[in-house]
Amino acid sequence: MSTTTTQPGSGTPAGNAPDRSGKPGVSELVSWKAGIGLSLLAILGTVLFGFMSNSKSAGFGIAEAANEAASNVAAWVTLVLALLLSAWLGYLWFVRRRSGPASGSGQLPGWLPPATVAAVVVLGLAALGVAKVSKITLPSAAIGWIAAVILLGLAGYTVYLTQAKKATPRWVGGTFAAVFLIGFMVWIVAGGNGDEPSISLAGLIAGSVTLAVPLVFGSLSGVLCERVGVVNIAIEGQLLLGAFSAAVVATVTHNVYAGLVAAAVAGSLVSLVLAVVSIKYLVNQIIVGVVLNVLISGLTSFLFSTLLTADPEGLNKPGRLPPVDIPFLSDIPIIGPILFHQSLVGYLMYVAVIVVYLGLFHTKWGLRVRAVGEHPQAADTVGINVNRTRFWNVLMGGAIAGIGGSFFTLVSVDAFSKDMSGGRGYIALAALIFGRWNPIGAFLAALLFGFADNLQSVITIIGSPVPSQFMAMLPYALTVFAVAGLVGRSRPPAASGIPYVKG
Amino acid sequence: MSESNTPRHKQEVNPVLPETLADEVVLDVALDTADGAMAPSAVPATSQGGQIPHAAGGSVFRQIVSGNAMVSVLSVLLAIVLGGILMAVTNPKVAETAGYFFAQPGDMLTEVFRPYVALVQGSLFNWAGADAAAQLYPITETLTVSTPLICAGLGVALAFRAGLFNIGAQGQIIFGALFGAYVGFTWHLPFLVHLLVVIVAGLVGGAVWGAVVGLLKARTGAHEVIVTIMLNYIANFLLLFLLTTPAFQRKGSTNPISPFLDQSALFPELLGPQFRLHAGFLLAVVATAFVWWLLNRSTLGFEFRAVGANQSAARTAGINVPRAVILVMAIAGALAGLAGIAQVSGTEKYLSGGVAASIGFDAITVALLGRSTPWGTFFAGLLFGAFRAGGVAMQAQTQTPIDIVLVIQSLIVLFIAAPPLVRAIFGLNPRKKKKAPGGPGSGTIPSGKIESGAATA
Repeated sequence: MSTTTTQPGSGTPAGNAPDRSGKPGVSELVSWKAGIGLSLLAILGTVLFGFMSNSKSAGFGIAEAANEAASNVAAWVTLVLALLLSAWLGYLWFVRRRSGPASGSGQLPGWLPPATVAAVVVLGLAALGVAKVSKITLPSAAIGWIAAVILLGLAGYTVYLTQAKKATPRWVGGTFAAVFLIGFMVWIVAGGNGDEPSISLAGLIAGSVTLAVPLVFGSLSGVLCERVGVVNIAIEGQLLLGAFSAAVVATVTHNVYAGLVAAAVAGSLVSLVLAVVSIKYLVNQIIVGVVLNVLISGLTSFLFSTLLTADPEGLNKPGRLPPVDIPFLSDIPIIGPILFHQSLVGYLMYVAVIVVYLGLFHTKWGLRVRAVGEHPQAADTVGINVNRTRFWNVLMGGAIAGIGGSFFTLVSVDAFSKDMSGGRGYIALAALIFGRWNPIGAFLAALLFGFADNLQSVITIIGSPVPSQFMAMLPYALTVFAVAGLVGRSRPPAASGIPYVKG
Repeated sequence: MSESNTPRHKQEVNPVLPETLADEVVLDVALDTADGAMAPSAVPATSQGGQIPHAAGGSVFRQIVSGNAMVSVLSVLLAIVLGGILMAVTNPKVAETAGYFFAQPGDMLTEVFRPYVALVQGSLFNWAGADAAAQLYPITETLTVSTPLICAGLGVALAFRAGLFNIGAQGQIIFGALFGAYVGFTWHLPFLVHLLVVIVAGLVGGAVWGAVVGLLKARTGAHEVIVTIMLNYIANFLLLFLLTTPAFQRKGSTNPISPFLDQSALFPELLGPQFRLHAGFLLAVVATAFVWWLLNRSTLGFEFRAVGANQSAARTAGINVPRAVILVMAIAGALAGLAGIAQVSGTEKYLSGGVAASIGFDAITVALLGRSTPWGTFFAGLLFGAFRAGGVAMQAQTQTPIDIVLVIQSLIVLFIAAPPLVRAIFGLNPRKKKKAPGGPGSGTIPSGKIESGAATA
């Protein structure tokens, strides 16, 4: 088994040049990791979805809209827009296919495949909304076997490609994941109690987005810090202190927005310690992070037990940020309630993801930040102040994580309690790695982890063949696979964790 | 004790001698990271056994007070003072008595010091106890609590020395406890043999979970910090799941707890049944001695330290780095597994979801405080055990939440990790001098005296 990975850079869709031209793969050594990993998962899928399936059918409820008329209009508009978008994307694909391989510049723009997938999903959901489908029922055994066959086929194809010394194209992994997810969902819902077990799909996804909010903020904080070369293990502490300060300040000032600001300040306060101790005093960043988490946990628990429990009315009754509907958009069936029925913190999450992504990859500032994280010496040589850049980035990351922490006390529950972040800072860290140090990737990974979290509580209610502890394990196991390189390759910024000493 | 015995490597020519202690840190870091080419090791370069030539700025007195041993003492002091301030500020009685501070200063001072008095009474010696047993109970309690801390701390420290950041003691403790407890309540063997089998099972359990990390690190390059954090959660959920299965759940109980371990599988009580102190503590002492021997006297330990100091150099020297990484993680896991055994066979006597409590995380701070040396870890474990044991008594007597112990512990480690910070707070940082024209040898003494103090801590 070769452990040498030679994959094309992440900017270009892996392996599609050798695929189309039929020439031997660009790399002589192709890792067996993907083949072995997918095969194992395919076998697991076959056993679970195929052999262990039952004769029940799985129902997926689709939420009905509150306002029938508005919802109908919105659904039609979405459908038309999605159709237009799909047509345009289809045209792009068509043009590319005609001119691509011949012209030699046959590189896909990186955004095209994901945009296509998104368009297809939106189109499908809009069609469901227009057709007023309220529930989908699927026979579990049939779907399970179909999924198993596709999984085995994809795994076999990967093994074949590896043997032929070709890189596995990206779509194989993506399709594999999607089919596995569908098979898994059908299997797990069909395993529930009752004759025809069903869950609300819209509720499940909406809940996942909500649960993912602190994770997204936490992982964005991690992205900002790691991209500039500072490992931020203290996300957990930033979330926790953010939650604590939000609760206390919002209660004292009777203003939830003041609480939100206080959370950001608190998060950057944790970051300040991290930055000063690790950048100025050059202490190992991981040590500082671990210690800060313990410190914040102890500090907030202590203050909670002494001050907050003594006077809960005056110190720990922050009130809530109300959910805000965005006009029209929130009326779109299925998508609307999931994406556009959020609290202010939820909308800030979208803003933060977009701003961090654009900032890091499309501005001069972002280029400098990434230079500092990848090669501080080179950055210094061209006149970037390495440690100052690091300092401000770490502070900004802290502020973002702090806002994420306010979710716990201003949106989710309206009071602070001991250790209420419950290890989500570490899951955010996992999401950051799973998302390959990219804001969008981290966002999607956080959504996936939020989904696993929510699925766990949903299936505990309907009863399931999988013990809930295993569902809870899922994000962590996935992360181990991810860092071990079994699911794609993840590479941290080169200078991450290394203090910079000018000299 | 440990480091002072290792052969010192004397450098004849010192091209760059740092002028001040701040420069000294910079030099250490530059050396540690090969000028930014690789990630820094988990242990500061100064406590890795080798000697880095430093200039001794200022007088002999200043060398002593700014040395690492002094920094450790000052760090503990500073953390205790800050913890005291925190407790005083949040205590309404202090505010009350502060109102008439100038009339009766004793009242306020009593209030301020009450939690710490209770802490000492609960961890060292209870002078208010009725008889000798009651008076000595606190110190035995400290030893009991510190037993798993020492074992797990050794595991973390050992991995540190090989350059691995083992955050996974928590999961390794759980696995050790899981294996040990299962053998302890399902097999029924004669006395002593049973205990021995339980210990071996615990060692194996911890070693397996540790070796997984080493294997992933060595084979795929996965970062051990991430892997260990994730494996902690996986181990925890696995434990919670197993405790709901018939194989592990206590008969007739709906709670997720296991049956009691057989009497023959328990550590004998050292001082009779009225104390909780058990023979596991002796095992912790043995383990400390073993780790000291391993690190300082064995080939394997030398390989570990070489890998920790510089992987590339170790590889060039012919050391099998992947093997060393897997082995050190397995041994570290086994040590943490021992902590799990101390819990199920000594203190708790059954397996529950909270068997590892927060020992795994405390172990990291213990190892850091002990500067990753075996005996340093041992005493750090005793100190934190005293904090834990005393914290319980403090909470009962003065209603001060035990969480303050976490604050003090983490502050200590934070200060110890950043000696220049502590020196700056106490004004011990030597003033920057003008660069001496003579360069090396101009009145500077290249000596290792500064580090040796800390290494023996």
